[in-house]
Parts: sequence; C-alpha cells; structure tokens
Amino acid sequence: MESKISIQNLNLSIGKNQILKNINLDIPENQVTIILGPSGCGKTTLLKCLNRLIDLEENVTITGSIFLDDEDILHTKSDLPGIRKKMGLLSQRPYPLPMNIYDNIAYGLRINGIHNKQIIRESVEHNLKQVNLWDEVQHRLKEPASRLSIGQQQRLCLARGLAVKPEIILADEPTSALDPLSSTAIEKKFVELKEEYTLVMVTHILRQARRIADYVVFMYLGEIVEHGTADEFFNHPKQEKTKAYLQGIFN
Amino acid sequence: MRFLKNEKVLNVFLYLFLGIIIAMPVLLVVGLFFKSESVLHANSLSDLLFSTEWKPFQGKFGFYSYIYSSVLVTMLALLISVPICLFAAIYLTQYAKSVYLKVIQPVIDILAGIPSIIFGVWGILVIVPLISHYVAPFFGIETAGYSILAGAVVLSVMIIPFILNILLEIFKSISKELPEASIALGATKWQTIKYVILRKAFPGIVSSVVFGMSRAFGETIAVLMVVGNVAQIPNNIFEPGYPLPALIANNYGEMLSIPNYDSALMFASLILLVIVLLFNLAARMLISRYETKI
Repeated sequence: MESKISIQNLNLSIGKNQILKNINLDIPENQVTIILGPSGCGKTTLLKCLNRLIDLEENVTITGSIFLDDEDILHTKSDLPGIRKKMGLLSQRPYPLPMNIYDNIAYGLRINGIHNKQIIRESVEHNLKQVNLWDEVQHRLKEPASRLSIGQQQRLCLARGLAVKPEIILADEPTSALDPLSSTAIEKKFVELKEEYTLVMVTHILRQARRIADYVVFMYLGEIVEHGTADEFFNHPKQEKTKAYLQGIFN
Repeated sequence: MRFLKNEKVLNVFLYLFLGIIIAMPVLLVVGLFFKSESVLHANSLSDLLFSTEWKPFQGKFGFYSYIYSSVLVTMLALLISVPICLFAAIYLTQYAKSVYLKVIQPVIDILAGIPSIIFGVWGILVIVPLISHYVAPFFGIETAGYSILAGAVVLSVMIIPFILNILLEIFKSISKELPEASIALGATKWQTIKYVILRKAFPGIVSSVVFGMSRAFGETIAVLMVVGNVAQIPNNIFEPGYPLPALIANNYGEMLSIPNYDSALMFASLILLVIVLLFNLAARMLISRYETKI
C-alpha cells in the first residue's frame, strides 16, 4: 500500500486552543480514506491543513510536516496555488462561483492559464459527464449555476474540482446538505474515482463510512484514536473509544 | 395594546404604516409638482432644463447651469470616493487582520456623524486654500479656490463613511467558503477577489454607489460654503459652480417678491428629487439584469 500523503507530528493551535495534537498518519494512494469523529474533533481543520486553506485563518501555529509525495507542503518553497491545484475540494454545502454553469468549470482552467476555447469546451463536457450532470445541463450551460438544485450544484462543484486535474480529492461532509438520492450519487462517484484519485473524506455518518471506506481514521478531541483498513476498523476495533463510537453509545 | 392581538386589526395597522412609508415619496413628488406648476406654465420644459438664461425679473428661469454644477460636483465626488472605499473595503475584509476592522469601524461611525457644517468649515480652512495655492497653480490656473473641485473634495470625504460602511457589510456577508472554493482550485488571492468576490458583490457595490450619489446630490450646506455659487457652465473644475441645493438654500425666503421665483425653487427641488429617483431606478435595473446572469 503506497501512501500518497504522510502527516508527521502535526500540531496545530488557533490562539491558545490546541486543535490538533500530534497527528501521525499515512493516507493510502488510490483509496477512499474516511476521517470519522464527533463534531469539533478537528476533522475539518486537518483537511484544511492538507491543502493549506488553513493559511487563511488568523492566529494559527502549526508544527510538524505533511509530505505530499516527497515534498513537505508545510515548509515548501514552491507556490501555494500549485499545491492547492493538486487537491480538489468539496465542501459541506456547494458553493458555485457567481457565474454561469459553463464558466464555473472553465474558471479553474482559465486561472491556470488555459485559454484555448476548444480545450475548455472539451474539458467542460468531459467533466460534467464524469459527474453525470451533462445530460441535465447541456442545454442550459449559460444559465447561472445558482439556479441548479443543491444536489446538482454539489456535482458541479465536484466537476469543477476535477477539471483542474487534481491528484487528490478532499471532501468535507460533502453529502450533509444533500437529499438521499444526490448523496448516493456522490458516494458512488467517489468509489469510481479512486481508480484515478486519492480520496480523503470527512464525515460523521457512520453508515456512509461503512459503505465506501477503504481506510478509516477515527478522531476525538484533536487526536487520532485509531486508524486502519475498513475491515480492521469496523470488525476488529482495538480501542475502547472506537468500540463505543461504533456502537453509538458515545458521549 | 390588547386589541393588537386581533389578527385583522393588526393587519390593518401594518398596512396603514406601510402605506405611510409608500405615500411619502409620492406625496413629495406630487406636492412639488403642484407648487412648481406656475413656473411650468410660464416657461417651456426644455427652456427650464436646458437654458442657461437665469433672469428672474424677466420671468426667465433656465436651470441648466445649476443642474450641470450639481451633476459635475457629484460625479467628481464619486470619482474620488468610490475607488478609495472599494480598495479600503477589500483591504479591510480580505487582507487585514480582523483587529483593523474593529478599530476602523468606530472611526467610520464618527466620521458619518460629523455635522456637515463642520465639513464646510474644514473645506474653507483647508481645501479652498490648498486648491488656490497649490493644486490650481500646478496646472497653471489662477483661482480663489472656491470651486467645483473644492465642493467635490468636501463631498467625497462626507460620503466616504456611508459608502464604506455599506461595502464593508457587503464584503463581510460573502461566506468565506466561496473564496475558499476559488483558492482551492489554485487561484491566487487577487484572482479570487477579481473574479469571484467582486462579481458576487457587484449588486451591492452598485447600491452603495447610488446611495452615496443620492447623499452627495442633495448635500447642501458644506458644498454651498466652498463651491463659489456662481451660476455658469464652468470651463474647468477650478472654476466656481452653483449646484441646485445651494440655489434653493440661498434664495428661498429671500427673493419671494419676484413672481414665480418660489415656484422656480420648488421646481429646482423637483429636479433634484427626480434625478435621484432616476439614478436609483437605473441602478435597480442594472442590478436585476445582472442577477439573472450570476
């Protein structure tokens, strides 16, 4: 099992609050890694460290390393947009950009210096097909993205992320605002996508984790309690806390 | 207030108060229109709006130079204040630490609360001499300093807190996940501001500009003190002008023995009101057209 991302001795505080405590974790390549845990345990913060969106927050102190392939992205000299481009992000609620459906996908290409109309058109079509949205929107590409349903918007956001050809997809409870049908569509897509991408998904839905996880990380109060393959984790949990969480008798 | 618990009575009250709000601008326009009727009878509308001939004793009231001054002073004031506010708002909400915003907010509020007469005095003491001694000579122009430019500078400082306040609210109201989505795609901060934040904020920016414009257009005393009050079409912004509010304030109650004079001043108010309404209408249309696109 190759690891795509390797987190070593990661500590993070915002002000005087320590949010992440001594995180050590290898995220396997071409698998779905699920980060589980109750609200406020630092899942989202951990995700934000990976693509360094954490830099946008104030009063943050980080120590430790995060290796993407062989580059320590916390102490790198290469430019941040380039690193972020390698990781697509899907947030809790879809945030379509304030432009039409077509431009939402084209945006990522254009800011990365691709202006060839032919290439952009092909990419828009290809990526909308990837997320099974093409049939629904091909005749209304010039309409504002905000007119799509929430489920469609979330798929559009996924397509937008795929268009910049990332290596990793980070998802922060991507189905929490969606109806069951749209959720299933996203979950299925994730399982398909692991052929080409490494996926890291934060969720607090245990059943969702059981359905799609290859590798599971369980966090509690800023620490990793246990991590392992889905089989190990769900069927043979080692820690008492994990057992309690899996049985739903937590807190 | 027990009777308000009855839904029907409450409804009637709510409609009544809503009606009062809606009726106010309508009543204003209608009232001003009737008051200015006699000057409208004596002069053609095109003469009133587009003639510069201002001879009250002969019954000739051409408002063109006043309208011209008003529009020029206002536009110039916006030209100065809008970029300042826009960049300040972007800096404060996107780049600066949140402490800065906390410090600047009360400063803005204080600036907004200063009586306009103080801005007028400040204009006379600082801006007018500055223009007459330094700015105009730099362009090789001789002026006393009481000018369109002085009016515009004073006005721009007066409207900055209002425009800035609205812009700050607008930028703050954009949820931070939206720029994050752009940045996660590999966009730089400036690309994100340019293509995402400004686009999202555009309707609000238009509103803030029109709001500032409405205030600037009607501002009277501070402008009147520094603008020179000469009814003419100025050749450049260092020459004096005579905006509509100054005309009304200087003459109402003074020259009313001249026939139609008070009616003419009412007409001046009507012009002011209509121009402000038109700008608001244009902004509404611009915004609603834009909102079908994003």
